[in-house]
Amino acid sequence: MAANASRPLSPHLQVYRPQITSVLSISHRITGVALSVGTVLLVWWLVAAATGPAAFDDAQEFIGSWFGLLLMFGWTFCFWYHFCNGIRHLVWDTGYGLELPQVYLGGYIVVGASIGLTLLTWIVALIAW
Amino acid sequence: MKTLRTPLARARGLGSAKSGTEHWWLSRLTSLALVPLTLWFVISVIGHLDASWIEMRAWLSSPWPAVLMILTVGVTFHHAASGLQVVIEDYVHHELAKTFAIIAVKFLCLLLAVAGIFSVLKIAFGG
Repeated sequence: MAANASRPLSPHLQVYRPQITSVLSISHRITGVALSVGTVLLVWWLVAAATGPAAFDDAQEFIGSWFGLLLMFGWTFCFWYHFCNGIRHLVWDTGYGLELPQVYLGGYIVVGASIGLTLLTWIVALIAW
Repeated sequence: MKTLRTPLARARGLGSAKSGTEHWWLSRLTSLALVPLTLWFVISVIGHLDASWIEMRAWLSSPWPAVLMILTVGVTFHHAASGLQVVIEDYVHHELAKTFAIIAVKFLCLLLAVAGIFSVLKIAFGG
């Protein structure tokens, strides 16, 4: 592929000043990839529960360790972010909310909601634990 | 303007990409299903944080938790494979590497989904 160097380029990540729209967009992908990797832990947990009490205890012990809890906290934030921003995407798909002020407002709501829901999840989880 | 496309190609409306809106549509459909499923999952996990192995199996062997867990695992990995494929297509430009990465992701997602679903079924049927 011989690209014509003089043709105008659409803005690429490398030369694009970060702004909330682009940062939230790439965050949706990053959290999606992170959730895919993190969900391996869910499968391990289910397989361990099906294998036997010793395997299940190993899985529970890892998840309950400081590293496991750190992963869980990261997973929780990625989950709520991808969840909220996914709903924002579904709203866009219906053709609504695509004016710039609405896009910005939705972005701020998503960031606030994901932080709030992450903290709420952990407060409830720590009380229930 | 005279078109060189056959009437059948126009009716299919797929263009040179050879596929239509199925990938996009399935991503949206699975994401919509995952809204209630993942909410159920997070609430259920919080409710079983201190559950023993026996309590966990008792819970997963009741019909609704088993069905919802199977759906959560299956739809999650379908959605994950679909999303990861788009990420690979956008960032991996070497044709062979791209193809192998997509195949690897699809195989791995299917393996994990089947492993998770089989485990739930094994518990549910008391194995």
